[in-house]
Amino acid sequence: MNSPDHAAQVVGVHADDSAPAGAAGTTSVQRKGMAVTAQGYNFAYLDEQTKRMIRRAILKAVAIPGYQVPFGSREMPLPYGWGTGGIQVTAAIIGPDDILKVIDQGSDDTTNAVNIRRFFAATTGVATTERTTDASIIQTRHRIPETPLAEGQVLVYQVPIPEPLRWLEPSETETRRMHALEEYGLMHVKLYEDIAHYGHIATTYDYPVRVNGRYLMRPSPIPKFDNPKMDMNPALQLFGAGREKRIYAVPPYTQVESLDFEDHPFEIQTWDECCEFCGSKDSFLDEIVTDDAGGRMFVCSDSDYCGQRRAGQAHGGDAAAAQQSQQSPNVPGVPGVSDTPAAQPAETASS
Amino acid sequence: MATASTSAPEFASAPLLRVNAVTRLYGERTGCRDVSFDLHQGEVLAIAGESGSGKTTLLNCIAGRSRPTAGTVEYNLRHEGLRDIYRLSEARLRLLARTDWGFVHQNPRDGLRIDVSAGANVGERLMAIGDRHYGRIRDTTEDWMHRVELDTSRIDDAPATFSGGMQQRLQIARNLVTHPRLMFMDEPTASLDVSVQARLLDLLRGLASELGLAAIVVTHDLAVARLLAHRLLIMKSGQVVESGLTDQVLDDPQHPYTQLLVSSVLQA
Repeated sequence: MNSPDHAAQVVGVHADDSAPAGAAGTTSVQRKGMAVTAQGYNFAYLDEQTKRMIRRAILKAVAIPGYQVPFGSREMPLPYGWGTGGIQVTAAIIGPDDILKVIDQGSDDTTNAVNIRRFFAATTGVATTERTTDASIIQTRHRIPETPLAEGQVLVYQVPIPEPLRWLEPSETETRRMHALEEYGLMHVKLYEDIAHYGHIATTYDYPVRVNGRYLMRPSPIPKFDNPKMDMNPALQLFGAGREKRIYAVPPYTQVESLDFEDHPFEIQTWDECCEFCGSKDSFLDEIVTDDAGGRMFVCSDSDYCGQRRAGQAHGGDAAAAQQSQQSPNVPGVPGVSDTPAAQPAETASS
Repeated sequence: MATASTSAPEFASAPLLRVNAVTRLYGERTGCRDVSFDLHQGEVLAIAGESGSGKTTLLNCIAGRSRPTAGTVEYNLRHEGLRDIYRLSEARLRLLARTDWGFVHQNPRDGLRIDVSAGANVGERLMAIGDRHYGRIRDTTEDWMHRVELDTSRIDDAPATFSGGMQQRLQIARNLVTHPRLMFMDEPTASLDVSVQARLLDLLRGLASELGLAAIVVTHDLAVARLLAHRLLIMKSGQVVESGLTDQVLDDPQHPYTQLLVSSVLQA
């Protein structure tokens, strides 16, 4: 089952993945099924009782979309804030046949993503991938992949603070009561404050949503750019907050609505630039400072999406590739130059 | 202010609020005991008494904030008539408390969200009952700030930058924005200096008569009672020792404690 995507793994962090496995006594990471590479640990690190407990919490969370289910969060071998909640959720649902992708801010190759992927590779021996479409479980920190998710996929979010009303109402007793009684006016007070002070809703990430018309939910610190992707998503979305000991979920095809005002509707971020590498104009862009003279460039935050597009441009569409090569001399460090019509055929060719 | 009582409205219909033998015990100690009264639409009732006499306990019981040990508090719901508020669901009671009622705290910081702007404080109740139009919320807020004599140019300032009197007026505006029928006030002027007190009382009196508000005002200041209230309850050790029209009670006190209280007021 894993062989088709083996090529994809080779280009990735394969070297990283094999390091702890080697230390644990196995020569290379086995991508086939059951081979658990780290010795002395249960499959996926957590013991079976703990996993059952977490699964029960997940089931409840799925049954009540957006409701924060308390669970007995365990100490994990990494600090709070590094994704202990997401890891526990992933550990509870992962099976030997799963293919895992881990992203941090959209990228597969940042420290957090690399280490969590390595952790699961070592403790479960499951296959890992960087390709969104190949993964059955995607653990994410602060992004939803640009590539649309499909039925059967599970997106696991790492959540630092699950309570959307926390900064407005410090009491947990009170916020629980507010959830129970559906008293969510306070959240609009925050948005009101944004408009009053900045003229528009200035909340750009962790933008509050209403799930299934009922529970107010914090979508974890994803940019609000990703909020529309949560709505009616065919994938199962699970949220784990390790320090705060909460799990919540958005089941597939569930309505997720971003809060707004009638005269200040919800809007996502837009950029005047397009990605310097792949020319995408509709993905979430990171701004990278390239020198100390004001040079900067914009690149896709989703490294897999960007890579796939570039691969498609290199192999596929001749016209697109030609235009892409015309465009490339302009690229280095000059903002706005890439924002030319040339980028557009490239974009359509690969998507 | 001897005219206050003559303007007391007479309603033949059911009272807005009926308090029946309310007792609140704190273990061995008595908060308040066996208090009964009716309050009609547009009527202002003051509860006066010394510190520790159970005024605030009684107010909290009536306002749905503290369940009485015995007795009932019935409120005249808009479509259902008199209903025991402690038999309503918590959701309904809280909805009632933030739409049809208002609660003005002695310390405005208890009643305000101190870290959000004045405008958001006033608009909060509107948003809580589902208003989702920023422009409209803003207009209503400015209107109410104007009505409580706050400078509307300070709509985006934090209440922490307001003076005590302004905070108190902001708190009142925040409560009135949903057009409540009943206001609970716990020493609304106690923390203000005398000149500000007078203005605030004036304002409250004007608003109450203009809006046909019923109010229950807890105070230890008989002058406040004289100025605002149609009727007055005097409490001592958790029990009502005297009640009646404000002027009647203050001009012709019958109970020894009321006599003491009236005679101890400093005459300026």
